[in-house]
Amino acid sequence: MNSVFLEKDKTLLVEITEEIDHHTTDKIRRKIDDDITRYMPRKVIFDFDKVSFMDSAGIGMIIGRYKMVNMLGGITQMKNVKKSIRKIFEMSGVVKIIPIIDSMAS
Amino acid sequence: MNGLYENEMKLEFASKSNNEAFARITVAAFASQLDPTIEELADIKTAVSEAVTNCIIHGYENSEGIVKIVSKIFANSIEIEISDSGKGIENIELARKPLYTSKSNLERSGMGFTIMESFMDEVHIESVVGLGTKITMKKIIKKQELQENEKELDSAELGGR
Repeated sequence: MNSVFLEKDKTLLVEITEEIDHHTTDKIRRKIDDDITRYMPRKVIFDFDKVSFMDSAGIGMIIGRYKMVNMLGGITQMKNVKKSIRKIFEMSGVVKIIPIIDSMAS
Repeated sequence: MNGLYENEMKLEFASKSNNEAFARITVAAFASQLDPTIEELADIKTAVSEAVTNCIIHGYENSEGIVKIVSKIFANSIEIEISDSGKGIENIELARKPLYTSKSNLERSGMGFTIMESFMDEVHIESVVGLGTKITMKKIIKKQELQENEKELDSAELGGR
């Protein structure tokens, strides 16, 4: 997982680079939570471009971060969500509260 | 789920979360004999990951145990049986409900069974409290030749050669 904080926009860009399952979410979650408490971002954007696999563990992980950012008054967005992962976010209703900001065709 | 099968494999591993990736990749490699599409393979990997995670965190509640997978390949489908000898499910109907989770403190979404059911063609749950749980799932994979035939038909209709 890589992250960059853009001071000017108070935006935290989180690029997830590993497969997302119950095993990997603990580590990813800890790192993101550290960044959120350190930078207090207005906006957090999750980039899924490098995520080759995600199961339902990703739903809880992203909703949990959304709640945290929301409590601090910020917003959460996702981008580069592949078809197989998008299916899971749509089925669980996650896309209704955390918008996908690009429209990747596939 | 009767009929002659063309191939079979069995897998047993410790109920450790780092085996979740091992399990789904192994089943996907076995399933690849059926020439599935990338999407079908992704569906299988996700369903296996859900079932194995359930064995580890619900069946064994992160204690030591063995997760077993038996998979059979039929002419146009794959059957995957994933079982544990853990604590079992008290109320299967409740466990199947979307968004229901007995472990909300772990940020679990309660979507595991819903995902298995929508990504696979059949999902059966057998569970005995104190003895364990067995999930049997089936996915129909159309043979690639059939899909290619359909493609040829499509292109013929479009006036292609």
